[in-house]
Amino acid sequence: MTTQLSEEDLERHFERTVEHDLRLEPRDWVPDGYRKTMIRQIAQHAHSEIIGMQPEGNWITRAPSLRRKAILLAKVQDEAGHGLYLYSAAETLGADRGDLTERLISGRQKYSSIFNYPTLTFADVGVIGWLVDGAAICNQVPLCRCSYGPYARAMIRICKEESFHQRQGYELLMTMMRGTEAQRRMVQDATNRWWWPSLMMFGPPDGDSPNTAQSMAWKIKRHTNDELRQRFVDMTVPQAEALGVTLPDPELTWNAERGHYDFGEIDWSEFKEVLRGNGPCNAQRVAHRKAAHDDGAWVREAAAAHARKVRETA
Amino acid sequence: MMEPVKHEWPLYEVFVRSKRGLNHVHVGSLHAADDQMAIHHARDLYTRRNEGVSIWVVKAADITASSPDEKDPFFAPSADKVYRHPTFYDIPDNVPHM
Repeated sequence: MTTQLSEEDLERHFERTVEHDLRLEPRDWVPDGYRKTMIRQIAQHAHSEIIGMQPEGNWITRAPSLRRKAILLAKVQDEAGHGLYLYSAAETLGADRGDLTERLISGRQKYSSIFNYPTLTFADVGVIGWLVDGAAICNQVPLCRCSYGPYARAMIRICKEESFHQRQGYELLMTMMRGTEAQRRMVQDATNRWWWPSLMMFGPPDGDSPNTAQSMAWKIKRHTNDELRQRFVDMTVPQAEALGVTLPDPELTWNAERGHYDFGEIDWSEFKEVLRGNGPCNAQRVAHRKAAHDDGAWVREAAAAHARKVRETA
Repeated sequence: MMEPVKHEWPLYEVFVRSKRGLNHVHVGSLHAADDQMAIHHARDLYTRRNEGVSIWVVKAADITASSPDEKDPFFAPSADKVYRHPTFYDIPDNVPHM
């Protein structure tokens, strides 16, 4: 007893689901635009987690104590896990895992511009946890209510784990601030370098973000880029004060009328350059990911051959 | 020229029992060469923080699912049998424990 629903019925069902704040699930009919937008967003997010292992992974062997090494190792492993949850969500929309990897290493799909900056000192590990993961949490908490069920569920899992990431970073910085003058200078220097790129993580200003309106109508996004950026600034200023560092923006002041902090103009030309592939580490990050994938080819083939052999002799 | 990066490992769906007394719940999927590797990957990926005491993995291709396209007629039989629910029956208030 199967009745085929017409295109209009399907579309009405989709719209009702979104309107009533229900979740769309893998085998539901969705418009092509929704599917494409969702795959692109989830894939870019997954790529960001995977590339995001590199700036910090770089410090695992050089972390100053066994405790810091263990923490950093667990954090980088989480980033890998986040990438895999997200690839898994993208696959429920019909994306192919191998194809997504290929798009990343051929440069056809992007990842967050933040990971194209270098980690020059160990203080960078702390500042990444505090600011970069802090900004990520700000972005991701509303995504836990995204209209696409598998993505929303992955975000819930990820947000829980990000909280550890942010706190370990902040604690690391507090420890350094209690140390020597040179250590305090390192923390300030790392803060100076990461502050503006962290603000760019929220994407272009609302007037220059053509996809925002549609994404909000589909309840993929719940807040605009500028709203989330403001929320992040407001949250971070008191954290910087408690830490004893200065955020590198002379225009950063409390605006009692707005009930928010005012902050200076972001250098969007830098953002665009990094997106275009001209950041300090773009080439290195993609080359490293490609090398890791190529170097792992024999493992994937051997495991597949072993599985085949076991199946045939069973 | 770039060689195609094809994934030969099949997709597995993962179900985790978070603690004794609860059902296994679907948590996501992963790729693995075989069942054993799928279990190991599932442990590393989905239970890094004591999320589970038991894991099931099953090849996604082996799952048969109801189709959302036919959802109204498919689930209709459960909606039109109100007599399956306890509230269908009128019992006087003075009858205890019912």
